[in-house]
Amino acid sequence: MVAIRTDYAIRTEQLGKAFGAKRVLDGLDLEVPAGAIFGLLGPNGAGKTTAVRILATLLRPDSGRAFVLGHDVVRQAQQVRAAIGLTGQYAAVDDLISARENLYMIGRLLGQRPQAARGRAGELLAAFGLADAAGVKVKDYSGGMRRRLDLAASLVGEPAVLFLDEPTTGLDLASRNQLWEMIRDLAARGTTVLLTTQYLEEADQLASRIMVIDRGVTVATGTPAELKNLVGGQVLEVRPLRPADTAAAAATLAMLTGTASPVAEGDLLTVQVSDEDMVTEAARSLDAAGIPVSHLAVRLPSLDEAFLAITGHHAEAELTGAGR
Amino acid sequence: MIAQTAVLARRNLLHVLSDPEQMVGMTAQPLMFLLLFVYVFGGAISGSTSGYLQFVLPGLLVQGIGFGTTQTAVGLNADFQRGLIDRFRSLPIARSAVVGGRVTADILRTVWTSLVIVGVAVALGFRFHGGLPGAIGAFGLVVALGVALCCLMAYLGVALRSPEAVQTAGFMLILPLTFASSVLVPAASMPGWLQAFVKVNPMTIFADAMRGLMLGGPVATPALRAAAWILALTVGFGALTVSKYRRRA
Repeated sequence: MVAIRTDYAIRTEQLGKAFGAKRVLDGLDLEVPAGAIFGLLGPNGAGKTTAVRILATLLRPDSGRAFVLGHDVVRQAQQVRAAIGLTGQYAAVDDLISARENLYMIGRLLGQRPQAARGRAGELLAAFGLADAAGVKVKDYSGGMRRRLDLAASLVGEPAVLFLDEPTTGLDLASRNQLWEMIRDLAARGTTVLLTTQYLEEADQLASRIMVIDRGVTVATGTPAELKNLVGGQVLEVRPLRPADTAAAAATLAMLTGTASPVAEGDLLTVQVSDEDMVTEAARSLDAAGIPVSHLAVRLPSLDEAFLAITGHHAEAELTGAGR
Repeated sequence: MIAQTAVLARRNLLHVLSDPEQMVGMTAQPLMFLLLFVYVFGGAISGSTSGYLQFVLPGLLVQGIGFGTTQTAVGLNADFQRGLIDRFRSLPIARSAVVGGRVTADILRTVWTSLVIVGVAVALGFRFHGGLPGAIGAFGLVVALGVALCCLMAYLGVALRSPEAVQTAGFMLILPLTFASSVLVPAASMPGWLQAFVKVNPMTIFADAMRGLMLGGPVATPALRAAAWILALTVGFGALTVSKYRRRA
């Protein structure tokens, strides 16, 4: 007998989806424990949004299966819909009516009585700092206010599972931090959150577990710390005293470390090293080559470097290329 | 499902009620048509403006419903553009409620503008000659025709990609259909080939049925043919719309 594992709030088995000839998901396996913030991290086009749309019953998978709280997203779609909230990349709220009317409408659609729906709308407006603008038409809202309303709209039915598809894309820093606080708060009260993001920092800040996906397949899973460890060893940073020496310093470091070639960011060179002794060796080699340095240090790799090591390309570089 | 449809119909009506310009626009446009046609063309077409008013009002009601329901197409399409449909589709509600709510609101809107036009026309001298049953029948025809054309327009709204394309398609459909019909003038003065088209044009059938009900005269045949068209449009495009709505991702 195959029992449905209910300790996972979200689970997919070999999920596949193609749009025409383009395979967007290629056998994705996902296991999200209940009550966690789970980060689905990947560049644009990795398949994050497609995965969320399948889990939110908006899209049918071509192959594989997906379950939310044990309900099959295809065959038990209405049960899944009753358990989830969805906030997408673009705030899906009605511009032409007020925030209060938006939340009231969703409450009524979920079967709440008029009075209960009004009460819940009021609660959410207060919790999301929208009480003062409750009667204003949403088209007059700022981007941050719209996104907060959108999140509030997905919470009207107190969902056990919340999908946040790039919730902070396009937000200013203050609005982003405010939204992060709200997401942490929800998770603290037991909501399972599946968060997709192309920002490594966001996944690092919010998620207790992260899955890195690229071109529709999983490339790594773990806690943020485990992912950073995946890079292996540490990162050596070198900044030549004279910017003109950057190329020569890079060549020296490449020779020293063998396979890895240094990444240059302005005149700061970073390269993965297996152990700390490399610092001494690097100092010696650079000195022998007649290259004075202003900065020489080892540190743990960032999540960005982990991403680069795992996928073979930068998250941000891919993002700007595919975003057009 | 009925409750969900009502909630969404309320939302669509709020759009209209909270926007005075739209409210004025949707009422003023058919009134403008009425006044222009009656006082500019009325004398030339019928010999007297009062005679033409009697002839053209039933036709203008049909035309007004045609143009009014293009809003169904535009509104439904705009919901897709705003991503709002994704929100609705992720809720545990009936798939037909979104389309149903839109159609319900637009029928109420259509009934409202029709009543205003008739009210103004009566003030200008229009007289019912079909008695109370005729007036009730005319009201029923307004509602039924509203349902049928809303279903047709809802399909355009779901099937076409951009609101601009929807707006253009709706206009290009209704304008020639209502002009090349008996809506504004009797078909007798038109060239033979056009008369052949006018005769089978459903707008002619709707206008003739409306005239029969409001002015007295032959009713049974046009009303039956109108009912057949309305049924076919409603069932056909209603089903097409809901199935297209389900598949559009």
